[in-house]
Amino acid sequence: MSRRFVEPSILPGFSLTFGFTVFYLSLIVLIPLSMLFFKTASLSPREFWEILTATRTLAAYRLSFGTAFASAGINAVFGVIIAWALVRYSFPGKRIIDALVDFPLALPTAVAGIALTELYAPNGSVGRYLALAGIKGAFTPLGITIALTFVGLPFVVRTVEPVLEELDPQLEEAAASLGASRWYTIKKVIFPVIAPAVLTGFTLAFARAVGEYGSVIFIAGNMPMKTEIAPLLIMTKLEQYDYAGATTIAIGMLLISFFFLAAANFFQWQLSRKYGKV
Amino acid sequence: MLLKKLYSFTAAVLVGLTLVAPASAAEKVTLLNVSYDPTRELYQAFNKSFADYWYKKTGTAVEVNQSHGGSGKQGRAVIDGLQADVVTLALAYDIDAIAQKTNLLPKNWQTRLSNNSTPYTSTIVFLVRKGNPKGIKDWNDLIKPGVVVITPNPKTSGGARWNYLAAWGYALKHGNNDEAKAKEFLSALFKNVPVLDTGARGSTTTFVERKIGDVLLAWENEAYLVVNQLGKGEYEIVTPSLSILAEPPVALVDRNVDRHGTRQVAQAYLEYLYTEEGQEIAAQNYYRPRLESVAKKHEAQFAKLEFITIDGDFGGWQKAQQKHFADKGTFDEIYQVNQ
Amino acid sequence: MSVRTEPRSIRILIITVAVAFFALFLVLPLVCVFQNAFSKGLTFYVKTLQHPDALAAMRMTVITALVAVPLNLVFGVAASWLIAKFDFKGKDILLSLIDLPLSVSPVISGLVFILLFGAQGLLGEWLGDRNIQIVFAPPGIILATIFVTFPMVARELIPVMKAQGNEEEEAALTLGASGWRTFWLVTIPNIRWGILYGIILCNARAMGEFGAVSVVSGHIRGLTNTLPLHVEILYNEYQFAAAFAAASVLALLAIVTLVAKTAVEGMMRREH
Repeated sequence: MSRRFVEPSILPGFSLTFGFTVFYLSLIVLIPLSMLFFKTASLSPREFWEILTATRTLAAYRLSFGTAFASAGINAVFGVIIAWALVRYSFPGKRIIDALVDFPLALPTAVAGIALTELYAPNGSVGRYLALAGIKGAFTPLGITIALTFVGLPFVVRTVEPVLEELDPQLEEAAASLGASRWYTIKKVIFPVIAPAVLTGFTLAFARAVGEYGSVIFIAGNMPMKTEIAPLLIMTKLEQYDYAGATTIAIGMLLISFFFLAAANFFQWQLSRKYGKV
Repeated sequence: MLLKKLYSFTAAVLVGLTLVAPASAAEKVTLLNVSYDPTRELYQAFNKSFADYWYKKTGTAVEVNQSHGGSGKQGRAVIDGLQADVVTLALAYDIDAIAQKTNLLPKNWQTRLSNNSTPYTSTIVFLVRKGNPKGIKDWNDLIKPGVVVITPNPKTSGGARWNYLAAWGYALKHGNNDEAKAKEFLSALFKNVPVLDTGARGSTTTFVERKIGDVLLAWENEAYLVVNQLGKGEYEIVTPSLSILAEPPVALVDRNVDRHGTRQVAQAYLEYLYTEEGQEIAAQNYYRPRLESVAKKHEAQFAKLEFITIDGDFGGWQKAQQKHFADKGTFDEIYQVNQ
Repeated sequence: MSVRTEPRSIRILIITVAVAFFALFLVLPLVCVFQNAFSKGLTFYVKTLQHPDALAAMRMTVITALVAVPLNLVFGVAASWLIAKFDFKGKDILLSLIDLPLSVSPVISGLVFILLFGAQGLLGEWLGDRNIQIVFAPPGIILATIFVTFPMVARELIPVMKAQGNEEEEAALTLGASGWRTFWLVTIPNIRWGILYGIILCNARAMGEFGAVSVVSGHIRGLTNTLPLHVEILYNEYQFAAAFAAASVLALLAIVTLVAKTAVEGMMRREH
């Protein structure tokens, strides 16, 4: 292992891209975000800890992260299936589906929330049938998960799709000619290649879902302790002109998210190293 | 190189936009009225009337831009630099907050215009579905099991705070001023609330569009708007025996008008609210007018009921906010109990 | 039958699952939007969109995207080159930091700019003295949008560039091509799909962003409203059909961009 900062490479542009990346990152993201910490500095560590561990805050965190995790999981499974169907098969309406995948990103989240509430509310066109089955869609954690699944849907599809497309056909052909079954090929040849992308997509969907506000607020019901998401708690604090409290909850969210992202990135690194693609 | 060029180009665009923003045409005066949610229709009509009046009087055209949102959110935006010439919010508490946290306007702002700087008032009433199937007549009907009540979240909505305080006032009056009993009453009431929207307009949508709930606690003017415009013949207004006199205040934002050079027209704008024309527009939009002559004319429209007031019964907004809606206030306690 | 596919029954199963999931989560909401948008007829629809406030909101939305997308594109290419082509210390951390804006709640993304540029903010006084308005004005909206869409292009490009490997660039460099030439002639053609996807995602998100922009906009009708905010305003005025009409423009916009993307793809393929 080299102790150098950067591994030597014949490719140019390290200092340029590194400099620019760090500069832009600081300007747009880090400096503004540091304001959160700046603002919380007015609290004593004890006050900070008290806000962070209040039962209401914890319930909101649990709800936000739990529903985000569930929705990202749903998206990981169905996203791969959709990407696979789009890349590998041809069927009527495929082009339309491909074009529509990005729809949740383009639709303002508030509109998504309104539309989904309209659909999944007890008198909505889907909610009506759910109600018959004794399931409450809107105004429950299930409703929140539905909204989050909607907003996170494009991520897995869009990260897996290009990787599947770029996949060298020779790999599969070679595996098949060596006598591997189709399932074995998928498991041992294709999956390792797309796994990092799936993980990326999962992480993106998860991260996006955790902080989602606009679409959730309509469908959640916003009952304290039950369906009150963490971003709403932040809004509540702001409403009381309590900037320090709001930024405290925000920092809590940020740290947990960052931990998740770092873990995912690390895991992904391991994956691509293990399968030695590059 | 290329990156740098692109970057400086966009930076230039950004700076350009910054400079464009404050520039305004000389012959036309622009005002910004930062208001809360349910006043949209009121100020749409009022701004037109005021523009006519001002043009006739001075020969200058005046354009009033509107910004609407939750009252607390709007107050915060002004604190953080939204360039409001006048604020017309749901609660004095929110304008107090502006005065306390900034030097945009003096702390005694509420004494500068008559009637506590509230040119119109409103109250909290019940909106029920046609025929009032659950037979809701007064506050105590709201805590009956099986009655579904819709109200926004008092933590995020100004209107919801008026709802809460009106219910509290009723409970105190009918419970020998026993606060523990009042808390129980509110707790029972909120057990019947399935959805807490963040704003008054959200609650109305839940009640009207999603068809959830038997009764909506609403501003009187909002209730009329629903009955007369949104769902004609589908809803009825029930006026409880007692409610709260909701006083939405207005104020000039001194520092901003001085910076914009709009003090004169902004002041006239607020004063016009108190004139016969202004009061008439308020009444037409279902706000209770202050002016005797206009109030007489619209007497039939507004039911008579017993009012409690924020200053008389709750010791002002500062105290009410601290006691009921701040963290660990009575509203939070209710939800710890309901757990 | 090629070795690169599955038995017919499995194919049909996968397609059915994909389409069903898709219908439930995407098509239904889309239908809901358009159904509501046209519920009062075409004339009403057109009238809603020709309203000066609606036009102003569209203009604001387009300006925002025109500034945010190119900036994030340049950043995305630089960052993915850095991440995919080099091994250096702290790369994991850098990667996580790049993702950070995605996991920051939109509410917070707006709030931080208020804390920085607002009247009570760190730079508030300085800006106030110079009469520079950042938040509650277009620059704030643009900044918040850049923040929210920050990683969109980078995140698309990094996996693609990684999958590409370094061999081709290394070969080009060994054969004496300059760094820039290698970048333009070898790397860019290889990652053009990723770039396109990235631009499309970034643009769509930039135009559709609601939460963050809502915090910094100030909601002044006709001045600081973007299209998504205009939708909310209309909705809050109980003009449901009009709100969905405005929303359908954003939906249409997305669809048009995606159609354009398909066309560009076709052209590029023919070129080869």
